[in-house]
Amino acid sequence: MTVIGWLQIALYCAIVVAITRPLGGFMTRVFAGERTFLSPVFGPVERGIYAMAGVDAKAEQGWIGYAVGMLVFKLVGFLALYALMRVQAMLPLNPAGQSAVPPDLAYNTAVSFLTNTNWQNYGGESTMSDLVQMAGLAVQNFMSAAAGIAIAVAFVRGFARRSARHIGNFWVDLTRITLYVLLPICVVMTLAFVWQGMPQTLGAYVDAATLEGARQTVALGPVASQEAIKMLGTNGGGFFNANSAHPFENPTALTNLIQMVAIFTLGAALTNMFGRMVGSERQGWAVFTAMGLLFLVGVGVLYWSESQANPALVALGMDPSMGNMEGKELRFGIPASAMFATVTTDASCGAVNAMHESFLPLGGMVPMINMMLGEIIFGGVGSGLYGFLLFAIVAVFVAGLMVGRTPEYLGKKIEAREVKMTMLAILCLPLVMLGFTALALVLPGPPAAISASGPHGFSEALYAYVSTAANNGSAFAGLSANTPYWNTSLGISMMIGRFFVIIPALAIAGSMAAKKTVPPSSGTFPTDGALFVGLVVGVILIMGGLTFFPALALGPVVEHYAMHAGTLF
Amino acid sequence: MSDTTLPRLRATTTMLDTAILWPAIGQAFRKLDPRMLWHNPVMFVVEIVSVLTTILFLRDLATGGTHLGFALQINIWLWFTVLFANFAEAVAEGRGKAQAASLRRAKTETMAHRLRADGGTESIPATSLRQGDIVLVAAGEIIPSDGEVIEGVASVNEAAITGESAPVIREAGGDRSAVTGGTQVMSDIIKVRITAAPGSTFLDRMIALVEGAARQKTPNEIALNILLAGMTLIFVLAVATIPSFATYAGGSLTVLVLVALFVTLIPTTIGALLSAIGIAGMDRLVRFNVLAMSGRAVEAAGDVDTLLLDKTGTITLGNRQATAFLPVAGVDARELADAAQLSSLSDETPEGRSIVVLAKELYALRGREMAHLGAHFVAFSAQTRMSGVDLDGRQIRKGAVDSVLAHVLATSANERPVAEAVVRELRAIAERIATSGGTPLAVADGHRLLGIIHLKDIIKGGIKERFSELRRMGIRTVMITGDNPMTAAAIAAEAGVDDFLAQATPEAKLGLIRQEQGQGKLVAMCGDGTNDAPALAQADVGVAMNTGTMAAREAGNMVDLDSDPTKLIEIVEIGKQLLMTRGALTTFSIANDVAKYFAIIPAMFLAFYPQLSALNIMYLSTPQSAILSAIIFNALIIVALIPLALKGVAYRPIGAASLLRRNLLVYGVGGLAAPFVGIKVIDMLVTALGLA
Repeated sequence: MTVIGWLQIALYCAIVVAITRPLGGFMTRVFAGERTFLSPVFGPVERGIYAMAGVDAKAEQGWIGYAVGMLVFKLVGFLALYALMRVQAMLPLNPAGQSAVPPDLAYNTAVSFLTNTNWQNYGGESTMSDLVQMAGLAVQNFMSAAAGIAIAVAFVRGFARRSARHIGNFWVDLTRITLYVLLPICVVMTLAFVWQGMPQTLGAYVDAATLEGARQTVALGPVASQEAIKMLGTNGGGFFNANSAHPFENPTALTNLIQMVAIFTLGAALTNMFGRMVGSERQGWAVFTAMGLLFLVGVGVLYWSESQANPALVALGMDPSMGNMEGKELRFGIPASAMFATVTTDASCGAVNAMHESFLPLGGMVPMINMMLGEIIFGGVGSGLYGFLLFAIVAVFVAGLMVGRTPEYLGKKIEAREVKMTMLAILCLPLVMLGFTALALVLPGPPAAISASGPHGFSEALYAYVSTAANNGSAFAGLSANTPYWNTSLGISMMIGRFFVIIPALAIAGSMAAKKTVPPSSGTFPTDGALFVGLVVGVILIMGGLTFFPALALGPVVEHYAMHAGTLF
Repeated sequence: MSDTTLPRLRATTTMLDTAILWPAIGQAFRKLDPRMLWHNPVMFVVEIVSVLTTILFLRDLATGGTHLGFALQINIWLWFTVLFANFAEAVAEGRGKAQAASLRRAKTETMAHRLRADGGTESIPATSLRQGDIVLVAAGEIIPSDGEVIEGVASVNEAAITGESAPVIREAGGDRSAVTGGTQVMSDIIKVRITAAPGSTFLDRMIALVEGAARQKTPNEIALNILLAGMTLIFVLAVATIPSFATYAGGSLTVLVLVALFVTLIPTTIGALLSAIGIAGMDRLVRFNVLAMSGRAVEAAGDVDTLLLDKTGTITLGNRQATAFLPVAGVDARELADAAQLSSLSDETPEGRSIVVLAKELYALRGREMAHLGAHFVAFSAQTRMSGVDLDGRQIRKGAVDSVLAHVLATSANERPVAEAVVRELRAIAERIATSGGTPLAVADGHRLLGIIHLKDIIKGGIKERFSELRRMGIRTVMITGDNPMTAAAIAAEAGVDDFLAQATPEAKLGLIRQEQGQGKLVAMCGDGTNDAPALAQADVGVAMNTGTMAAREAGNMVDLDSDPTKLIEIVEIGKQLLMTRGALTTFSIANDVAKYFAIIPAMFLAFYPQLSALNIMYLSTPQSAILSAIIFNALIIVALIPLALKGVAYRPIGAASLLRRNLLVYGVGGLAAPFVGIKVIDMLVTALGLA
């Protein structure tokens, strides 16, 4: 570990902290329908969209209406994307002449982009036409991100409102987040990426002569525009198979920094928006701090782990001060790779700039734990906030009793219904992550997709279901999952991981909004201080840790001890 | 039945009372019945897996399996886990049962003298009385059922209900008309209209409540049960997937070891003690001579944001006291004191007595015997609002300033009119006293206005500290009084309440409660009169005084048998204590799991991944002893925590943040650390005894 490495991490943190408040304030105004500096440009567009779609911007929905709107929108989006992939060969903007995507892969990919997962059982440059990339995948990159944020806003409204029946209008929230937040930031980011050398073209692939005189086809496409929303919307689906490790997707250290900042930007700003909406920015900063602490622990462990050298290589005479450079890009080095891996799994991005499978065992465990906790460390745009708040509800429910009052969070009593919905949402992650992994391992066919042996092979399978259920989409690599069984089960995993959290979350929003708000007094548990931060972090680590301890022990933990005893898998 | 042998409800019963312990052990086995146990999801699950492992053990026993001794021990401790949970509940219930037994003795078979339509009476068993029947109860007889006195007045010994042997007066009309079945008339004869249906009398309900028969899970308890069930499901997933992972790793695991891991992980500690905590909370109230009609009310008490307290009896001593004699110009203070004392000699009200005492203290005027002086005492009446004495042709009067003035001006008008200046001065003094929160009483001797007696409300000692304590707990106190706003404000300031409601009418009281509730707050109040009933019903915690009317007792959700309105404060503390105990043990239970993982996981996987012995940070001697120690600790911790569950976590009014920090440290951090020590110690014992 080096001083420069830590300074990189510190710089990154400073930028995220600096963005949080102004962007949070801006988003608060956008969702309240207030005038912003972008209103002159997008106001007419917004009204035009409502007029065309027949949406009454003033009419709000209850939680069921909101959920139905979201589900219908997802279903239509799924069908459109699936169809587009199946018929891409007959459509224009297909410079590389890609053929139709097979049904199971098209289904898996459609679900993947719809749920903000962007798990990719394909290589972009060898499977998808430019039309699918732009009109299919990129559109869902915007829409899944916007839907996630909309759910979070509706969830926060549940806390902010009192004795209310409505939690907002899904169509209005969706439109506003896309127009006022996602599009403007993406335009700026795209220009910056192009400036840094990222391709942005609809032209054909280029043939180049290599130094040895061989001919190599260089894949190109509208990369920069895709890349912006991939990061900002915590989607993570790469244009190319190598994702952000590819020199066209992440050419320089600067683009790497921008990409990492973009992943956390909206998640961080949402904590501030949350604070503002519930009437106290301190509440938002408490959430921010808890998330920040969990991030720092993760990045610290991962950076430390990767700064160690693999003892097997040291035994062969390698200089241990190099650390573990296997699977990392030289232009990023260890700190930026460790940070990227932590950021991308804290949030539900899933873009990678290094091979997670090549991390040392404990290093590879950090992304896994981040995802097992439900990606609530800033998290997927929107989903991170409501996922975190679900844990906050559990923490407040258990420990809040210890102040001698029935538990309340932000003035809302937490009662049987909220606990039931919270447990449903929290339960679905281990169900999918552990249940599907166990199933895949005992069935006769699926284990064939695993390339490594022993605990490392186990980690490959576990990582796949953990990544999909948490809607991350990053892969441990090494798993050849483009088979009907894996495509199907991973698709189901993504859907459960998304919708079985969203629907209980919206139900909680509905019942919270209907409650009265108890004014705080010196007898209420303060949820904006260090005590609350420590408590929530503790509950998240203990709940997550207890659930996944056996699995982790059989994967990375045993691998770690084996490695130091001289056994590699 | 002799009333002197009746135990008071709050009779002390300790946990180590053998009268409770022995039956509780029997109960613990009886509660293994799955029909009873399934109300407790966590322990029900433990029972199911215990049955499963027992069957497997018997199979192995028959077929000659290996490690039978180890399997037997695990089985025994699994069953102990369930039994300990049942035992905890039985002990908690046992304390109530002992009290119920003493109440039952009051419910002896009595005969009632029912009034027939023709005016005569007939003797029928009390149990066949219907609502609306009218019975006669004479001195020495037991009142057959709950009812209302419609004729007569009697002193009644209510020791059977309240434990208080001093008789109380019950009379027709007004707020003291309710009588309770099982109590005894000591003097006179009363006519009572029965208001309770057979089997649902106050005594019946009390017995059911203290016995726990009528106990239903409270809202927070239900929510907590859902959380515990959810966590149990999470651990089902965590444990049930292990065999697949192990098989992939080339190993295999026995069902017994998986069950041991599962049972130690699920929140058995809080699952076992949850209902005991609830029963003990109700029981603490009962021993405080307060009956909560539902557990919901106890929980709500912990949540109370606003306390409505009646001024009289709660904040101030029941009565005002004279503190000064303030004569008008030209009158000697001694003369005023003398006249005031004379007018009060036969005034048996506390105010009157305090005037006599004050005159003696200040001017050494001794009380005189009225009979000696040949005086004629004029009693206070609501019309005249004055009292006094006629003596040697003097007419001394004291009373409300307006009334005395009107009296003097009316009688003196024809003779010597009272000087305008004297009237003005008298009014000025009265005004000054009223502003300071006191009550002025004017004194006149014939046509002469002498001056004013300053009566003052005496704030109870320590009540101000109590209110600041409540403020630290986040509870707002509102004083309810019939006084005018000026007086009320002065007393409120002196007592340190946060707010007051002056000239309170039942409607205003109800309005205030609704307004507070509209802001999302929970309100507690106590009351006794029939006109309190709507407010008692509206309040989240309504404590009815046992001396109150039937209507008030029906409307409230708690009854205070001692009829002490100050208890509202303790009731809130008991509610908070109940919730805190629940939270503390839940936190402890969950925090315990970390150590159990470190005990069992390395032991479990050691056969195929010996590298994991690095996780054996407690250095437990063998895999068997590790697993056995974890499950023994898991069972014993239940027993160890029974006293805490019954006694409750101590509540301190130090504000939520400090309270939480303290409890998190004790039960959260303590819960993390305790099992590391406990399991290690048990492991050493198990190894030393050669058990595994």
